[in-house]
Amino acid sequence: MSAVSDAGTPPVLEVHDLNLWYGDFHALKQIHMVIQACQVTALIGPSGCGKSTLLRCFNRMNDLIESARVSGRILLDGRDIRDPLVPLVTLRKRVGMVFQRPNPFPLSVFENVAFGARVHALAARTGMAEIVERSLHAVGLWDTLKDRLRHSALGLSLEQQQRLCIARLVAVQPDVLLMDEPCSALDPIATGKVEELIRALKARYTIVVVTHNMQQAARISDYTGFLFLGEMVEFGPTGALFTNPRDPRTEAYITGRFG
Amino acid sequence: MRTRPAQNTAATPHWRRARAVQRVAFVALGLSTGLVAVTSLVVVGIILARGAGGLSWEFLTAMPAKGMRAGGIFPAIVGTLELVGLTIAFALPMGVASAIYLTEYAADTWVTRLVRLAIVNLSGVPSVVYGLFGLGLFVIFCRFGTSLLAGALTLAIMTLPVIITASEEALRSVPMSFREVSHSLGASRWQTVRHTVLPLAVPGIMTGTILGISRAAGETAPILFTVAAFYLPRLPQSVFDQAMVLPYHLYVISTQIPNIPQTQRYGTALVLVLLVLALNLSAVVLRARFRRRRQW
Repeated sequence: MSAVSDAGTPPVLEVHDLNLWYGDFHALKQIHMVIQACQVTALIGPSGCGKSTLLRCFNRMNDLIESARVSGRILLDGRDIRDPLVPLVTLRKRVGMVFQRPNPFPLSVFENVAFGARVHALAARTGMAEIVERSLHAVGLWDTLKDRLRHSALGLSLEQQQRLCIARLVAVQPDVLLMDEPCSALDPIATGKVEELIRALKARYTIVVVTHNMQQAARISDYTGFLFLGEMVEFGPTGALFTNPRDPRTEAYITGRFG
Repeated sequence: MRTRPAQNTAATPHWRRARAVQRVAFVALGLSTGLVAVTSLVVVGIILARGAGGLSWEFLTAMPAKGMRAGGIFPAIVGTLELVGLTIAFALPMGVASAIYLTEYAADTWVTRLVRLAIVNLSGVPSVVYGLFGLGLFVIFCRFGTSLLAGALTLAIMTLPVIITASEEALRSVPMSFREVSHSLGASRWQTVRHTVLPLAVPGIMTGTILGISRAAGETAPILFTVAAFYLPRLPQSVFDQAMVLPYHLYVISTQIPNIPQTQRYGTALVLVLLVLALNLSAVVLRARFRRRRQW
């Protein structure tokens, strides 16, 4: 629980006794963790250990999977995200997601960024241009794309597409950004740039990023959680976890003995 | 040295037999394909050769004259177009709505499976049964009488399975990831369907609809009891009016009236074939354009 005392502010997300089953498969076991505001939290672990599943619990994307069953509590600013009084739409507006493969809609750049803002009716027709400009600025795309707003988003490079997806999310004005291996489809140079963007976005957003790249976790995160076979083996400040792991399994993983 | 292994294999009796079988198979497959192509070409060719002489501006725009032995087929053309338009107006919204419900909302339960089975069965029902059904339900029970309305509803029910199946396919071909993104941005299920899935499925839906409608446009049995007039010396005044329709008109002048000039009959057939061909062609063009644009 050192994470709580370190920051001194109440956490944005708290996870208590979280269990998740896909049918008979116990995918997440008794997960406990806290996620601090305006920090980057990384979830690492070998494939199939439950990182993405845990991430998708935070915006209830697992609801789309019929066989998934959840117990335990996840609190967003102290409030249970499954509270029937908090509509799912409100939760997803506050907790947005960036996916592994850049997945812009087959629409223009402008329409892509405006999509979420339109869904939530955040602006009238005139205000939309401003939202789009602000969002593209936030991800460093405005100067390159300001003359190509009407062009199809599918013509962009993969890195630009992933930035655009982040802009599409930022336009909804969320508090938490969930990123599911956001760089795994990108080359090293593009990865470096997106990592830089993640560090910059930390100033305004709470970020949870899933990665199977330990070096990436070390580069960009403030806190790291190591998941193994559905268990949160170790969770703590990134520096401490990588230099002085408390659990032998963590040490074995970060030194590359399995994974 | 280099070719010897190949020669060895080619020389074995097993290999020689396999090659002979392959050659026979090629010829058989080619002949079947050729036969299909030739049949359709011959049909169109005969209609074209015998009907082209009958086609004229007057034939397309004049009322029938002299007991339909002369004059034009204007009312039958107008009747067909109106019938097709009405059919689309009924069948498209209902078909697309059903497809959306089945793909985007309904869980996979025994009820939905039963519904799907019913839809598949519906497409296997002979068209004359639809005609009788339309007569019973729309003409008699609903008191629409023999009318454009009753005929269009009957044809709509007949085309529904095609439209539903095509629409379902089109909706399913939209990648799951777009739905996920839309949901993750806080869009409701309906917003996701309306703004993300449906626009991407529209070309597929339209192609399927046109193909379904073009089949319906050429049908005689379903309209026989529900809409078709033997001879109507005016255009239909409302949806409750009877109408002359091309397939039935063709049937009438081919079998019911003696001494009709060949150009009248084949001219009518040609117009019907051209109409259906135009519909199918527009579906093909649509699909081609869509394919070029789509790139996810």
